[in-house]
Amino acid sequence: MTDARRRGRADARRRDKNADGRVRLALTVNGEERDVVFAGYKTLLEVLREDLDLTGTKHGCELGECGACAVLVDGQPMLSCLLLAVECAGADVTTVEGLARGPALSPLQAAFADKGAAQCGYCTPGILVTAQALLDRNPHPTRSEIAEALSGNLCRCTGYLQIFEAVEEAAGNGAQGHGGAKAAGTGTRGHGRTEAGA
Amino acid sequence: MKVVGQARRRVDARAKVTGQTRFADDVALPRMLYGKLLRSPHPHALIAEIDATAARAAPGVHLVLTGADFPIAYGIMPVSQDEHALCRDKVRYVGDPVAAVIAASEREAADALALIRVTYGPLATIASPEEALQTAEPRIHDYGEGPNIHRLAHFAFGDVEPALAAADRVFEDVFFYEGNTHLALEQHATAAALDADGRLTLWSSTQTPHYLHREVARALAMPAHRIRVIATPNGGGFGGKSDPFNHEIVAAKAALLTGRPVKITLTREEVFYAHRGRHPVLMRLKTGVKQDGTIVAMDLETLLDGGGYGSYGPASTLYTGQLQTVTYHVPRYRFRACRTFTNKPPCGPKRGHGTPQPRFAQEVQLDKIAAALGRDPADLRLQQLAPAHSLTANWLQLGTMGLGPCIERVVEGSGWRERHGKLPMGRGLGIACSSYLCGAGLPIYWNEMPHSGVQLQLDRSGRVTAFCGAAEIGQGSDDVLAAIVAEVLGLEAEDVRLVTGDTDLTPVDLGSYSSRVTLMMGNAAIQAAERARAILGAAAAKKLGLPAERLAFADRRVFDVENPSAGLTFQEAVVAAEVEHGTLGTTGSYRPARSAARYRGGGVGPSVAYSYTAAVVEVEVDAATGWIRVPKVWIGHDIGRVINPVLARGQVEGGVYMGLGEALMEEQAFRRLPRRLSSALVHKIPSMLEYKSPTSLEMPEVVTYFVEEPDPSGPFGAKEVGQGPLLPIAPAVANAIYDAVGVRVDQVPITPDLVLAALAAKAKGQAGRVGPVAFPAVPWPEALLVPPPWEGGDGKATNEAAKTRDALPTHHSGTSGVRV
Repeated sequence: MTDARRRGRADARRRDKNADGRVRLALTVNGEERDVVFAGYKTLLEVLREDLDLTGTKHGCELGECGACAVLVDGQPMLSCLLLAVECAGADVTTVEGLARGPALSPLQAAFADKGAAQCGYCTPGILVTAQALLDRNPHPTRSEIAEALSGNLCRCTGYLQIFEAVEEAAGNGAQGHGGAKAAGTGTRGHGRTEAGA
Repeated sequence: MKVVGQARRRVDARAKVTGQTRFADDVALPRMLYGKLLRSPHPHALIAEIDATAARAAPGVHLVLTGADFPIAYGIMPVSQDEHALCRDKVRYVGDPVAAVIAASEREAADALALIRVTYGPLATIASPEEALQTAEPRIHDYGEGPNIHRLAHFAFGDVEPALAAADRVFEDVFFYEGNTHLALEQHATAAALDADGRLTLWSSTQTPHYLHREVARALAMPAHRIRVIATPNGGGFGGKSDPFNHEIVAAKAALLTGRPVKITLTREEVFYAHRGRHPVLMRLKTGVKQDGTIVAMDLETLLDGGGYGSYGPASTLYTGQLQTVTYHVPRYRFRACRTFTNKPPCGPKRGHGTPQPRFAQEVQLDKIAAALGRDPADLRLQQLAPAHSLTANWLQLGTMGLGPCIERVVEGSGWRERHGKLPMGRGLGIACSSYLCGAGLPIYWNEMPHSGVQLQLDRSGRVTAFCGAAEIGQGSDDVLAAIVAEVLGLEAEDVRLVTGDTDLTPVDLGSYSSRVTLMMGNAAIQAAERARAILGAAAAKKLGLPAERLAFADRRVFDVENPSAGLTFQEAVVAAEVEHGTLGTTGSYRPARSAARYRGGGVGPSVAYSYTAAVVEVEVDAATGWIRVPKVWIGHDIGRVINPVLARGQVEGGVYMGLGEALMEEQAFRRLPRRLSSALVHKIPSMLEYKSPTSLEMPEVVTYFVEEPDPSGPFGAKEVGQGPLLPIAPAVANAIYDAVGVRVDQVPITPDLVLAALAAKAKGQAGRVGPVAFPAVPWPEALLVPPPWEGGDGKATNEAAKTRDALPTHHSGTSGVRV
């Protein structure tokens, strides 16, 4: 924990807890300094969604079981439903809203879009940030490293294979040029394959 | 074709990967209040009194509602309207909602719930179908076809008895398929608000906005035109968001009473109580075959554990048998089904709705038949495929039938001929096949209106907007709509703006269930787009001085096919048409052709087309621990025509994934609390941690083959892909386990302890089999006699008396007991 963050926490507890249980703290969200006042019992998930209007981060259980609420806290994937927001003073938080580069999708987002890695899209924000953290520390992960990294994120739609392929695409692992979506349906690479026929 | 069949980024992909998809719980409105439901701790009890005085006075509380506020019953099916938004006089399962608090925050609502005192008078619990059949009193509902029997069905499509007597061999097995739940990642949520004109708007995670619209109107006794239902994109549905739910009616009522927006989001535990998942089904299947394994007659009995309410039960009951005839030719077929009420969360439709259970039975039994007769299981199936474009014994009209090529592809891909029966101990291959509807032939409530409507609006900007009531649940219905309109008009999919799932703005589409959207919405979209093309083409032809027949629409242009450089941009064509005709708009609608099945109950099963699937699953079984690993699956799916290969493959792989979950681990199971804790029947595992589902680490390699023989009924020949690919997985797993270690597990899920028990039995010289052994006595009604087409029938029943089935007494006295 950085000194600044430790000080931030102390500040939050000492100075800014109001009589009605609301607290005020400063943290960095998606590269922006944010100052937020919220009910002290709230989780980071609730503060992101309800007090910072960042509804891209989802909840599937609020018990740390599904991974839908994953965000990056100081670069590490964390389950925001299990983190009290007051523990995050001074933290650097990245949510799905922070992945795109201005209007342009990040390579990982673009790969998810092209490869069919998002069906209903509800687990997608948590999986995207978790996969981004993997790529940040391991730019060319193997299929099993990807599966391991995402094993705490449940997806009920895809069967995971198109998610694996999207992460591999973003990592540039053995991609067949830049085929993008054109290659997705008929490619023979990877462990999920399609072969059309009459 | 330029769009259909091309692998594309889906039209809503950007919203999904940027977190901008607005799910129901993301709806936040000024002055919004929050609701929480108080749920019964008793599985079966009378409500003696509800004292909400303290809750009403609690901080932040705006409103407390109880069953007294909801006098009108509702339910998805007109014949089973047995639900109230909040229970009025009794509770029927642990989790049944009895009161609601609407407060300034979720926390205040939850705190106030604890202040509501409910006095219950507990009743005896009915925990299983067997108990339901044996229990005349108490009754969970005062309607049905017997005490605690919701529905009974008995069809005789020809006389099976002489056919079975004449068969070379008769195989009889009892199977059990445990219930399981959808476990969509998104918890159900609803926001309700009055608009500035006093009309009610409901945003909800629903697969069926039209049916929800109807049921909210019914339950609140409001004219439907004063209500707007917006189906927010569902964070997964799988059938679990197809019923009108308590929280939806409560939120709507609360918004009307407070004049404030009200949102209710279920917790994950509550989602397990909302359920409507896979029915647990006990099955007895008797099949007579010739010496070569050709089926001569089939006799199926099913017993469904329906849980506490009707839900889709009348349809679910019939689906446990009606699709058994569409894969293989079955000359004579008897089907008997019984759905019981029990004190558990209600069961309903889950991916495959009622058909994975009997499919498991049929496909495992075929594997046993093949083994007993020394036949190859793949060949046994190939030799008796139901003919394309034929009628089945139960009067279902088949369309194209690509199961043969599906089998051939997975047999070839998996090395079946070289490997089945020849792998070392502990490794095995299993094969199974299936079929599914491409949309139910009848709507849920009887009417003769279209099942799907699409409206197109075009203006001088060159914009095309498609309006349709279809609900996007992740399956890609929006993408299909855009692709089909774009294909017909020569545009790219992303050129088509979409407005979907909004009952104020869009023509009715019945919803995302029964794998109906691609076929029905797609046909409506083609009709609307072809009408628009005709209008644009005529105007463009006039402007270009060419006959309209010479014009083609492609690459965002309208041009002369004989001289492609001569033409208009699409926008210029729209301008020309707007000059010619004024404001532009077209509609299209679709209603399936009338079914040949004219007998009572024949409304469940018909579809204008059926998809087909074959799968080979490879397993590794550790004989010491019983542990099952699935390294690879080969699956062939007869889809008619692929609209978007990226999405189609995703549906297949998702179906394989969900099928493996059901085959190996998922169960919506219950247990009794100890006597000191009330002996209540409670959900064993209402959490995502304890409800085991496959993670990224369990997912096998999947090889998908699409068989594309365009079906004349489908848009560009397309058939369904959302549900069918789940169906063969569980039986293929069971059959592979037999190939691997030589034992039969005749129930689902197939857990390591069952494998070990079967291996232990085999080691002792007993049958290497675990599974149910008995099927209880059920008071079957008189059979409805429907001769098959090849026995001179006309699709109707020959005995009129049995058609009065619904006239059976619905209010049995306590002593009448069960008719056995």
